[in-house]
Amino acid sequence: MSKEHDPGMTVIVKTVTRLTVGLILLYGIYIILHGHLTPGGGFAGGVIIALAFINLDLAFGGSASAKIFSKGKTGVVEALGAVMFLSLALIGLKYGGFLDNFLYSDGNPGQLVSAGIIPLENIAISLKVGAGLFGIFLTLIILQKFESEKK
Amino acid sequence: MIELYVLLGLMIAGAVIAIEVKNLLSAVVAVGIIGLALSIIFLLLKAPDVALTQIVVEIVAVILLIRATLHREIALKSCGTRPFGAFMGILFIGLAAVAAIVTFNSLAPFGAPLMTVSEFYPINAIAGTGAINVVSSIILDYRAYDTLGEATVLFTAVIGVLTVMRSVGKKKEEDLQEKNE
Repeated sequence: MSKEHDPGMTVIVKTVTRLTVGLILLYGIYIILHGHLTPGGGFAGGVIIALAFINLDLAFGGSASAKIFSKGKTGVVEALGAVMFLSLALIGLKYGGFLDNFLYSDGNPGQLVSAGIIPLENIAISLKVGAGLFGIFLTLIILQKFESEKK
Repeated sequence: MIELYVLLGLMIAGAVIAIEVKNLLSAVVAVGIIGLALSIIFLLLKAPDVALTQIVVEIVAVILLIRATLHREIALKSCGTRPFGAFMGILFIGLAAVAAIVTFNSLAPFGAPLMTVSEFYPINAIAGTGAINVVSSIILDYRAYDTLGEATVLFTAVIGVLTVMRSVGKKKEEDLQEKNE
């Protein structure tokens, strides 16, 4: 195993990343889904999920996450999040107004399924924020590669 | 409150170091100190939502800054001393400090709400929206328009970055230049 041609960081970093990246992803999902019960929400959870993918990329070299989540997919997922948020807002028009919380009578306060459309909006924002930030990160990496190839 | 002043001093020191230091990596680390100290301050002031968002966004920002600035040949230019500019800077900082002291002495004590509208949310939020987290119920129900605007700002920023830094168009342009030559 030649260390010069091995992309990414050392074996220690790779092993720790392999162990922790799933936990980071799980923590992000927890923050998103419990956004209406505990501190956190769509924005913070989305950034944590983006950080899990960034962690993979930094530890295993430039394009380790491309198999899971390519640069084209980030644009699609981000647009999906925006459309989901807007469509939730527009469905509210039928029930009383733009962004009306039309589901809030379902579930008791304190349960996971409660608070109407707030968890759904959290999921939409997390998709948008996570995919957007990860797209920016991938763009910067690809630009860097492009510049180093030019030299 | 003494720990707040220690953290504020740390933030000011980080800002001064970030401006003055010559090494780019050291400057980025000093910028990171500001954000992490700010997140601890939010935690001490009992705002865990903002603290969580601040710490994760700060980490992403530091990683992006490191990836964007390191290994690039960014020319560092040293500017000469400008006595008039330094004098005016100190003068205006002093004026701003005097104005800030006068303003903050006339405000309500720290932590006391300025407007009566803020008393409505802690009382009515759980019954009105069903969300235990009052902050979440405000940003996604009572003030959802603000969240929509914030999402639009981020969407526009991502579109801008992807457009300015696209690699497809640049490659085509270079091919055209080579053909012309």
